[in-house]
Amino acid sequence: MSTFYVIAFLSIVFALLVIFAKNPVHSVLYLILTFFTFTIHYILLNAQFLAIVNFIVYMGAIMVLFLFVMMLLNLNKDTEPGKHYLAKIAGVVAGGCLLVTIIASVKALGASQPVILTNPDLGLVKNLGKVLFGEFLLPFEVSSVLLLSAMVGAVLLAKKEKATV
Amino acid sequence: MGNITQTIQAVPLNHYILFCAIIFAIGVTGVLIRRNAIVIFMSVELMLNAVNLLLAAFSVYKGDASGQVFVFFVMALAAAEVAVGLAIIVMIYRNTNSTDINVLNRLKW
Repeated sequence: MSTFYVIAFLSIVFALLVIFAKNPVHSVLYLILTFFTFTIHYILLNAQFLAIVNFIVYMGAIMVLFLFVMMLLNLNKDTEPGKHYLAKIAGVVAGGCLLVTIIASVKALGASQPVILTNPDLGLVKNLGKVLFGEFLLPFEVSSVLLLSAMVGAVLLAKKEKATV
Repeated sequence: MGNITQTIQAVPLNHYILFCAIIFAIGVTGVLIRRNAIVIFMSVELMLNAVNLLLAAFSVYKGDASGQVFVFFVMALAAAEVAVGLAIIVMIYRNTNSTDINVLNRLKW
């Protein structure tokens, strides 16, 4: 039980470091650590499929993309645009207000039941695959169209620039 | 494996909601205070992850696998979004030589 709180604390610390790190490359590295703590959260929930997918897709594919673009554009601390600190304070206050609102609305619900795994093989690949290819077959196929259109869009965006230059 | 996870968790659902709300608020704050377009993208990823974890927690709480399937869809969406978004950022960088969002004020009146 206390494992959750330790990992949650680590997630919050790393997430704060992501947005407050001066160097964008450090932000990416802290984001990788944040995603790793999220993977541990999924394992604690016994959502093994999601843990593996989170590990592969987020920490593998998406983070490599971010780091690659960052290195390609040669962004580091020197090119980092500085924002007026009054605007930063306003942003932090706005985010804090949102947090207070959400916490207050959750508090209104009162105490809740603990999260207990009623069905131990809920998050296993076998069980999720049955749901995914039974009940959610149409959204699954539509998501393949989404990924295809994203790929075509990315290629088109990159190619158009090349033709004009 | 099942025994281990069952003894580990007995965390109230409220604490999951609270934790995810904190991460989401951090993501919102990151979008508001940073000017680098790529860091703003990473903050959006933080928000998506907070929602993902909450969906998974609710799914376990209710004993329904649909929530975890939706997390899978959100991940597919995030992958598509990152691919297109980073392509746009690279294109903007080629045109303006910076990823500062304050340069991108052409849609202003």
